[in-house]
Amino acid sequence: MELLMEEIRSIIPSDQIFTSLADRYSYSYDASFGSYLPEVVIQVKNKEEISSLLKLANTFNIPVYPRGQGTSLSGGPLPVKGGMVLDMSQWNGNLKIYPDDLVAVVSPGVLTASINQEAEKFGLMYPPDPSSAHVSTIGGNLAENSGGPRGLKYGVTKDYVIGLEVVTPEGEIIRTGGKTIKNVTGYDLTKLIVGSEGTLGIITEATLKLVPKPPASKTMMAVFDDLVQSGQAISKILTSGILPAKMEIMDQSSIIAVENYQPLGLPIDAEAILLIELDGHPLAIEEEMKKIEVIFKGFESVKVKIAENQDEAQSYWKARKLVSPAIVKIKPTKVSEDATVPRSKIPDMFQKLKEIREKYDIHLVVFGHAGDGNLHPNIICDKRDTEEMIRVEKAVEEIFKAAVELGGTLSGEHGIGTLKAPFMEMELGAAGLDMMKRIKKIWDPNNILNPGKIFPEEGQKLVLRE
Amino acid sequence: MKAAAGLQSKLHYDETFNCVQCGYCLPVCPTYETMKSEVHSPRGRINLVKMLAEDKIKAEDLREPIEKCLGCRACETACPTSVQYGKILEGAKEVLENAEQKSITQKLSESLIFDQMFPSKRWMNTIGYLSWLYQKSGMQKMAQRTGITQFAPLHLGKFESVLPDLPSPAERKNRARLFKAIGSRKVTVGFITGCVMDAIFYETNRNTIDLLTKAGAAVLIPVNQTCCGALHAHAGKIADAKLLAKRNIEAFEKEKTDYIVNNAGGCGATLLEYGELFKGDIEWERSAQAFSNKVRDISQVLSELDGLSFTKEVNGTITFQPSCHMINVQKVKNEPLSLLKQVKSKGYREMNDKERCCGSAGIYNIVNYEDSMEILDSKMKNVKETNTSIIVTANPGCLLQMKLGIQREGLEKSVRAVHLVDLLVEAGAVSK
Ligand SMILES: Cc1cc2nc3c(=O)[nH]c(=O)nc-3n(C[C@H](O)[C@H](O)[C@H](O)COP(=O)(O)OP(=O)(O)OC[C@H]3O[C@@H](n4cnc5c(N)ncnc54)[C@H](O)[C@@H]3O)c2cc1C
Ligand code: SF4
Ligand code: SF4
Repeated sequence: MELLMEEIRSIIPSDQIFTSLADRYSYSYDASFGSYLPEVVIQVKNKEEISSLLKLANTFNIPVYPRGQGTSLSGGPLPVKGGMVLDMSQWNGNLKIYPDDLVAVVSPGVLTASINQEAEKFGLMYPPDPSSAHVSTIGGNLAENSGGPRGLKYGVTKDYVIGLEVVTPEGEIIRTGGKTIKNVTGYDLTKLIVGSEGTLGIITEATLKLVPKPPASKTMMAVFDDLVQSGQAISKILTSGILPAKMEIMDQSSIIAVENYQPLGLPIDAEAILLIELDGHPLAIEEEMKKIEVIFKGFESVKVKIAENQDEAQSYWKARKLVSPAIVKIKPTKVSEDATVPRSKIPDMFQKLKEIREKYDIHLVVFGHAGDGNLHPNIICDKRDTEEMIRVEKAVEEIFKAAVELGGTLSGEHGIGTLKAPFMEMELGAAGLDMMKRIKKIWDPNNILNPGKIFPEEGQKLVLRE
Repeated sequence: MKAAAGLQSKLHYDETFNCVQCGYCLPVCPTYETMKSEVHSPRGRINLVKMLAEDKIKAEDLREPIEKCLGCRACETACPTSVQYGKILEGAKEVLENAEQKSITQKLSESLIFDQMFPSKRWMNTIGYLSWLYQKSGMQKMAQRTGITQFAPLHLGKFESVLPDLPSPAERKNRARLFKAIGSRKVTVGFITGCVMDAIFYETNRNTIDLLTKAGAAVLIPVNQTCCGALHAHAGKIADAKLLAKRNIEAFEKEKTDYIVNNAGGCGATLLEYGELFKGDIEWERSAQAFSNKVRDISQVLSELDGLSFTKEVNGTITFQPSCHMINVQKVKNEPLSLLKQVKSKGYREMNDKERCCGSAGIYNIVNYEDSMEILDSKMKNVKETNTSIIVTANPGCLLQMKLGIQREGLEKSVRAVHLVDLLVEAGAVSK
């Protein structure tokens, strides 16, 4: 380590190298579970620095962990095997919009929300909008292939990346894709790297596609006395030729939690609330909103309210935003999952989740992106209560099983990281997982970059206790 | 080895578990912005407090991150899970204060500042007198020799140059204790004159009384009141803070008032938290809470009474720099703005990120001068973008800091900073 540190000091300015215990502990966590102490934290500012560091890491056989702002919910940036953390968050100098090409070129530490803000100045929009957009970096979003409420109509991060600059695990600097919307030259390495959770390369620049900003939007709240009917209603709308920008669901436990946290006058007897936002031409969305209203009237268990203005719309969305803070008032620890099922299976998934809640006697709340089947079952617990946490671990395992059995997936947007690695084979099968491992092996023969993620170690189990 | 339970409770270890490490507080934290590392972020600081409670780091590892925190509590307002950062911060400060091996000179100068200067009317008056003398007679040398500038050794000279004009000692001495409401009396309020406020911004206090009486309030100034204890609490000297709080509670208990009014955002926040400070103290909790329930910022009372109209146009365009403690702790947000908007001027323009701390933060700008100036420079960038000529503030610390900022930017000719209260008087406030 001493020798390595000497080498690092010869290539990186000393104010970018952190070695104190306080500093190391400060980069030992993310927004999920566990804390792992790195040996050194380096704030990188350009691709040459990263390239040299990775070459050193290969020589000394030391793991390297890229980190954005540490908001990962799956353990993505945790330095589980010690080594070097590369803090990318301070590399945020470049954010340039090319309005005529409808693209943005950004450095990896730029905050996601700033991209959209900047684009809006040109009448454009960067659609991916994870709830963490004002905190998380674009590098982290690309690595996790983040999604958000707008994913229903506009897709997720990978649908907006057309070119990347990447430092490979062995320290080579490569470019993938380009500035054009169409590009079929060779394998699509861009898409392979997006969502690879920092295991195949470190993103140092990204070229992102922008779209015209829709001129207007409208919001509706629908209240359901019957959960199953809410699922049917969702399918009915989507097959009626209308594509909402957002369609979010809150179950009864979420509604009650929000009302207890901050009374907004939500109906606590309802089994579910659906929030729908349409965007586009003002006349078109006016028309579509009426159509949706008619569809809902076909279900007897529904009451609908269309927001008259922007303020009222904001107040509806506020309810959805308050779910997360509201539920941690019940108990401090939140195990936030993002199992996703085909849209038609949402009611079945709700049923399964209800059974799991009863079987393990846990506090389980469900909300999420109903329109794309991406539910967020959240278990509220206390990580100091070991006995409870063991039940939670078992429940989580069953949630994943249920999702996969319904034809769904382990993760719709938060990634695999350390937390879901033990379940990979369940979804992909042994051969499928092996194919991924082989790709990793070719890209990173010394297993330098973000080891311990995605791929389970022998006998690895889900552990939510420290 | 587990740290002692006593240490864990002092550090509010349980409270740290409410932090889900989501990072929502990062973008609002001024020190994270300027110091650019996780140890200087709220999430980082909370985690380090937890690490100390778990005995994974030493108190000394925590010292710098905690000392560099402004205590502006913007993180608390941003936090989706309502982590009580202020409580964690004060606990950490107290533990650090007790853990520190201090040199004798350090002890002496601290005792001078905390035990003698701040709680003492006499001392504060002396500072007021001397500054007056200094200003009126130009005897710079004399003021320096008396040693005002020497305990907070750092850059006091810089602050001295932005002090306002002060009243003569005679005027200071002869201030009445009771002021009748003009017209019919709607409420009776007790006025917290504050220590720095009364020493340096005497004129603003006079204007405060003027506005209150014109708006229909009778104003009482209990003589036995003392420093609010904010600086002591923020320095980890909780026992001292409690002593001062008790004296204030007693002083105001004797008077029959509807509200206890202050015109300094930082003090107001501390007064409002007396109830919290004595939580669990059988003897004091009730009266402390009763005291806190009455605490109001001047802008709240003026808005509620709605008894003023403004007769003169103020010459210039206005921007507003709120006080962090007013926004994040007292949650007073709209009242100052709605008062400002009643004033006739050449226009109000909001600055970007107006709620971000200016870097003044109690005595932060004295003990962490360089860091504070970096935060101030980033604030001044936003001020300059508004192109306004008047910066209105609601707290003496912020006011001095903004004056300093104007000086740093060389804007003395085109921009000035004033306390909200002074601006309202300038705008020709009269009874409705
Ligand atoms: C309250 C909350 C709400 C959230 N909401 C959503 C949501 O709606 N949708 C969603 O998808 N996610 C959401 N997340 C999860 C999280 O915000 C995202 O995964 C985000 O993309 C992480 O970004 P980050 O900058 O914090 O990266 P980090 O957490 O630091 O890192 C994430 C991963 O990216 C890798 N990485 C970081 N930078 C680079 C780089 N430059 N090159 C290569 N790899 C890199 C890391 O190694 C790690 O594997 C939420 C999280 C929280 C706490
Ligand atoms: S916003 Fe609150 S919960 Fe989130 S990291 Fe900051 S203090 Fe913790
Ligand atoms: S109090 Fe202010 S400076 Fe301190 S951590 Fe919170 S936001 Fe940052």
